[in-house]
Amino acid sequence: MTMLTVENLCVWFGGGRDRVDAVRQASFHVERGASFGLVGESGSGKSTILRAIMGLAPNWSGAISVDDQPVTKKREKAFYKTVQMVFQDPYASLHPRHSVDQVLGETLHLHGFRDIDARVVKLLDDVGLGGKFRFRYPHQLSGGQRQRVAIARALAPEPSILLLDEPTSALDVSVQAEILNLLTDLRSEQKLTYVMVSHDLSVVGHMCEQLAVMKDGEIVEIMDVETLRTAQARHAYSQELLAASI
Amino acid sequence: MTLLDVENLWVKFPSRQGVFDAVRGVSFTLGRERLAIVGESGSGKSMTGRAILRLIRPPGIVTADQVSLEGVDLMQKTEREMRDVRGKRVSMVMQDPKFSLNPVMTIGQQIIEAYRLHNKARKSIAYENALSMLEAVSIRDPERVMRAYPHEMSGGMGQRIMIAMMLIPSPEILIADEPTSALDVSVQRQVLSIIDTLVRDRGMGLIFISHDLNLVADFCDRVLIMYSGRIVEVCDAKNLHEAKHPYTRGLLNSLPRLNAPRKKLDVLSRDPAWSEAPSVSGRI
Repeated sequence: MTMLTVENLCVWFGGGRDRVDAVRQASFHVERGASFGLVGESGSGKSTILRAIMGLAPNWSGAISVDDQPVTKKREKAFYKTVQMVFQDPYASLHPRHSVDQVLGETLHLHGFRDIDARVVKLLDDVGLGGKFRFRYPHQLSGGQRQRVAIARALAPEPSILLLDEPTSALDVSVQAEILNLLTDLRSEQKLTYVMVSHDLSVVGHMCEQLAVMKDGEIVEIMDVETLRTAQARHAYSQELLAASI
Repeated sequence: MTLLDVENLWVKFPSRQGVFDAVRGVSFTLGRERLAIVGESGSGKSMTGRAILRLIRPPGIVTADQVSLEGVDLMQKTEREMRDVRGKRVSMVMQDPKFSLNPVMTIGQQIIEAYRLHNKARKSIAYENALSMLEAVSIRDPERVMRAYPHEMSGGMGQRIMIAMMLIPSPEILIADEPTSALDVSVQRQVLSIIDTLVRDRGMGLIFISHDLNLVADFCDRVLIMYSGRIVEVCDAKNLHEAKHPYTRGLLNSLPRLNAPRKKLDVLSRDPAWSEAPSVSGRI
């Protein structure tokens, strides 16, 4: 069953002669419980697709539907209970003067949960942090711990889709392995659907079953991970990208 | 032939909780080769690079038995004498071109300044040299780039400009501190091959600081692996995948591989004994 469908998505910034078409005619769909990767070099529009789904890019056309419900320009509250995003830089995506408890508590409060106290504890356990991190501030956490808090924040409304924008590119390889394992575990425990953006083909190869290769705002090829592993990419650009990362 | 000989290098930062040792007794030599220093963030690899150029400012303290550049101890030099070493004999490429180029000077002005600081030359000659240096780092249309400002450049171009600027006084040693980690994979290779050709053609020594083990295995001759301020292992780059130290093995195993899919990645479990063990010497 299809969880997320994106059809003929175009995203642009600016207008007139300064108009930049960041994404052009992108179409893909993700099954429930699947994990889909978007790869490409910087400026290819892969993060912009996530931002458009999330409602962070104001100018877009085409059709997006989540769980067979078409997404409107103005997002409903229910949308944010289904779709959540984890951003690239854990150093920039947490409020520096809010403690972990405040970050998670506020999200839970906004989504109308009552048993906030118990849920904060559970969220921290789920991401492997435990109660002793509850009243810390972001500057008292390492990069990996911050990314865990960011993931806990995204999980707070109990979403079914997580959009992951380069979740490990700011982290060391040893910490990257921990976060990728955490994401794998969470997906199987909570039946999540992932859309993951990365420039690292081996990370996408590890996490995803299907991936789209992007270049200059267009999806040039959609392939499954077996094709990637056996290096049978058809498009010239995907082959080039493969060659550069092995 | 040894260009640089570092013996028992320490970098310390006094803090309220006592003295923090960022680098703890590191020794290595550099010949006309490509030497890599790898490790996680906080392992002291960048601090080692900076300490060689004496770029660590107070309250940071640098001590060493010797840091000798072709037989002359850099630790004994005055701040004034160091200025002739930096750039002219040892230069450094930093991680992010966005923060290392002067935003209010054109690229031409910056490269010409770098050249004229170390060579007594007329402006027109400096301009010609700057132009040919930009060509050497494969920048198309160098005349336009000379007039441009850093914000008009992409990340890859900015990094190549940095390399051009650092190489124009023709130093003997280049210290590259994560020169490609802010760049795309496709651009990464290009920048590396530029560094490689220039370093080989000029017979320079290169210290390549990186956290990327695969990159280092392809690109360098010798690798020092650092953990909490000490060198835990020294090996030839081509034998890096057979490294023996559990820390190096842990780092290698935590990388996802395209050709060997696994359900779960191995997580590094740290042994306190690693940071206690004495530093391995990288001297030849």
